[in-house]
Amino acid sequence: MRDLSLHIMDIVQNSLSAKADKIDITICAHTDADLLEIKIKDNGVGMDEEFLKDVKNPFKTTRTTRKVGLGISLFEASAKNADGELIIDSKKNVGTEVKAYFRISHIDRLPLGNVAETLTTLIMAQPHIEYNLIIDNKKKQFEFSTLDIKKTLKDVPITQFEVIKWIGEYVNEGIKTIFGGVLDEIHS
Amino acid sequence: MKSIAELEEIRKKTLEQINLRTAEKEMRIVVGMATCGIAAGARPVMNAFISELSKRNINNVSVTMTGCIGTCRLEPIVEVIDKEGNKVTYVNMTPEKAVRVVAEHIVNGRVCIDYTIGEAEKE
Repeated sequence: MRDLSLHIMDIVQNSLSAKADKIDITICAHTDADLLEIKIKDNGVGMDEEFLKDVKNPFKTTRTTRKVGLGISLFEASAKNADGELIIDSKKNVGTEVKAYFRISHIDRLPLGNVAETLTTLIMAQPHIEYNLIIDNKKKQFEFSTLDIKKTLKDVPITQFEVIKWIGEYVNEGIKTIFGGVLDEIHS
Repeated sequence: MKSIAELEEIRKKTLEQINLRTAEKEMRIVVGMATCGIAAGARPVMNAFISELSKRNINNVSVTMTGCIGTCRLEPIVEVIDKEGNKVTYVNMTPEKAVRVVAEHIVNGRVCIDYTIGEAEKE
């Protein structure tokens, strides 16, 4: 994967396959600790302990087209390349939480990428899923929730092109405000 | 600074248009969005479809995603499915190719044969 927003897109696909309809994405820069945290939490079917133990193994997958699944393995590799780690917690019938950590200043840390585009394509493709995005630098926070947007829109569908475009710009602006000057690749 | 107030404006503006539009989707564009697709660049392709349809104000086509279609080496893969269920599979897609598929296939009904899986597999 070229950037972190693509990893997020990929991990969210796992949540969708697990029948989640509420997905929280948190991206938090702990600047004092030089640590970037990405958390994806869903209310999907979850995994039992046995599956969870082996889930980082690329030969562990639920898919039926073939016997390999690389999403989590690749995300973990990206975290480890930047002196970080990947942690998965899951409870059967409750949900799953994937957390990845990266050293912000590490030369091999992937850039954040276009998180706004990840979000808008996800919303466009499956508008009934509720997303909550939190961008945090431990001083300020930006929060975006599809539920709030839908409340404002009332009878206008969230997939309207004008709405999707606005969401993209709104989220981009939030990311610039919070991460500008915090992550090198983002200019405020 | 963007604000929710702007969204309220968009709501009012689009509400009038919605009533004029038919709810029925004539065509579906399905983008393969598994690990293989995403790594190969499926997200910008899907985004290109959305923005091109938006530019042309085409509202009777839906853009959705699916998992792994099965031929990862040909990703990004896009399927265009019409109302009767006829399916065209485009492979090795790019945002530029997406723009052409909208213009020729979606708008004018001419399949872009050179981008299809059948052509790719001949080579």
